[in-house]
Amino acid sequence: MPDYASLLFSEVLKILMLLIPVLVSVAMIVWLDRRVWAFVQKRRGPNVVGPFGLFQSLADALKYIFKEIIIPASSNKVIFILAPIITMTLALISWAVIPFSEDFVLADINVGILYLFAVSSLGVYGIIMGGWASNSKYPFLGAIRSAAQMVSYEVSIGIIIINVLLCVGSLNLSDIVKAQENVWYIIPLFPMFVIFFISALAETNRPPFDLPEAEAELVAGYQTEYSGMMYAMFWLGEYANILLMCALGSILFLGGWLSPIDIFPFNVIPSPIWLILKILLLFILFALVKAIVPRYRYDQLMRLGWKVFLPLSLTWVVLTAGYLMYFDLLPGN
Amino acid sequence: MIAHAVVFYIFSLIAIVSAIMVTVSRNTVHSVFFLILDFISISCLFIMIGAEFLGMIMLIVYVGAVAVLFLFVVMMLNVAQQKNEWFVASDSSSHIPVGLLVSLVIFSELLIVIGGWKYKAELQESININLNLNLTNTQSLGNVIYTDYVHLFQLSGMVLLVAMIGAIVLTFRKRSGVKTQSYFKQISRERNEGVELIDVETKKGVKIDA
Repeated sequence: MPDYASLLFSEVLKILMLLIPVLVSVAMIVWLDRRVWAFVQKRRGPNVVGPFGLFQSLADALKYIFKEIIIPASSNKVIFILAPIITMTLALISWAVIPFSEDFVLADINVGILYLFAVSSLGVYGIIMGGWASNSKYPFLGAIRSAAQMVSYEVSIGIIIINVLLCVGSLNLSDIVKAQENVWYIIPLFPMFVIFFISALAETNRPPFDLPEAEAELVAGYQTEYSGMMYAMFWLGEYANILLMCALGSILFLGGWLSPIDIFPFNVIPSPIWLILKILLLFILFALVKAIVPRYRYDQLMRLGWKVFLPLSLTWVVLTAGYLMYFDLLPGN
Repeated sequence: MIAHAVVFYIFSLIAIVSAIMVTVSRNTVHSVFFLILDFISISCLFIMIGAEFLGMIMLIVYVGAVAVLFLFVVMMLNVAQQKNEWFVASDSSSHIPVGLLVSLVIFSELLIVIGGWKYKAELQESININLNLNLTNTQSLGNVIYTDYVHLFQLSGMVLLVAMIGAIVLTFRKRSGVKTQSYFKQISRERNEGVELIDVETKKGVKIDA
């Protein structure tokens, strides 16, 4: 029995060592998002609390904690409370398989990419449950929109992942990174990277695809009835998902923990730093897109997903497979 | 081993209880949520017996796609009202014979499956797949599906394609009088097509949109 106890303790410790940095960086990333957004629009952004306003997110979190949680009388209470919990949990459990370096990964499972894809496809339930349980028109409309959007863009993300997997020959995330030692996949698969980036924006409900929230029409969509800590959990989950999508993008296309060139000043920097830098780069791109692009119309969004991205990425799968087959480059041969 | 058994019984208990709750709960949306819980615990069981690929695909396909569509349909219907009507109306008995028939068929199928378990050993001998135990699940599945069973695999793909086209044909209807945006038309329009200068004569007016 003490064997189990020590095992459990060490595992929990490992999980905490991963989760606490993730949560802190989620708070920091919210600040970064608002700062980038403000700089593009020639504003100052949050700059009062702490140096450069760094502690703005902590102040916000404190505010949320002390606010009252209001549960609407006509809502479906159990599901209403479950929804933010599910969003948050799903956003955090996916970090288990992200490899930060060759041996720094919580769970090095051989279907890592499928696990990530499965968890991100479950993310839609938090939103649907929140929207439905609120028992109110705007949240429901927002939830329906968001569910349709996430399901549509997941299809193209799945097919883009297949493109990468064809080149790698393994579903393990560490293998995907190791396969990019010679060339990052952003170079041969550049169009797929662009589509992945845009689909990731849609998948995480970021502007210009933030129709589920659409303050102007739906008064923040599925989050309308949430307040206090429950709203903060939705919010944390959303940003954790955005970070996760950035991490996935840097693992699939930007060579994960690998340094860009294998020469002296670069290869002494520890691997996790490279992954974090790549995640930050992608996140700043996310933030820039938020600042410079207007919101899509709903039918344009659906058209883009089903009529543009899906055929394009499917064609690219055929091209990649044909190329690899013709030049006998298929992995595992 | 004990921990393994405990986890197995926890998951199977959740699976069975949620399967029962699917049929018992009065709110149809709750039923769908219990169905999702059932799917998830079943896929956990799959992962526990080492079929991690199957478990993940189960999550992606059933929970990530099929159940979302279920939920969509159920949430759109005004189910609470309909259900009350079912129980109040006297013609609710017309559902009972059909339900009985379906459950009878399912019961007999289950009996056949459990009865067939007796021949498991003989069946296993008749299947000769050279399994390489060093490979991962995904690789060995790929080795079998794309070589020995490639025709069946493509046939099932065809069945899915037919189902997809059928669904599109059934729901597709051409609506007249709907203004749709054509991007090519919009971009290829020249200035002289869009703007026209007309001298309007006094007291005669001009007819626009001709």
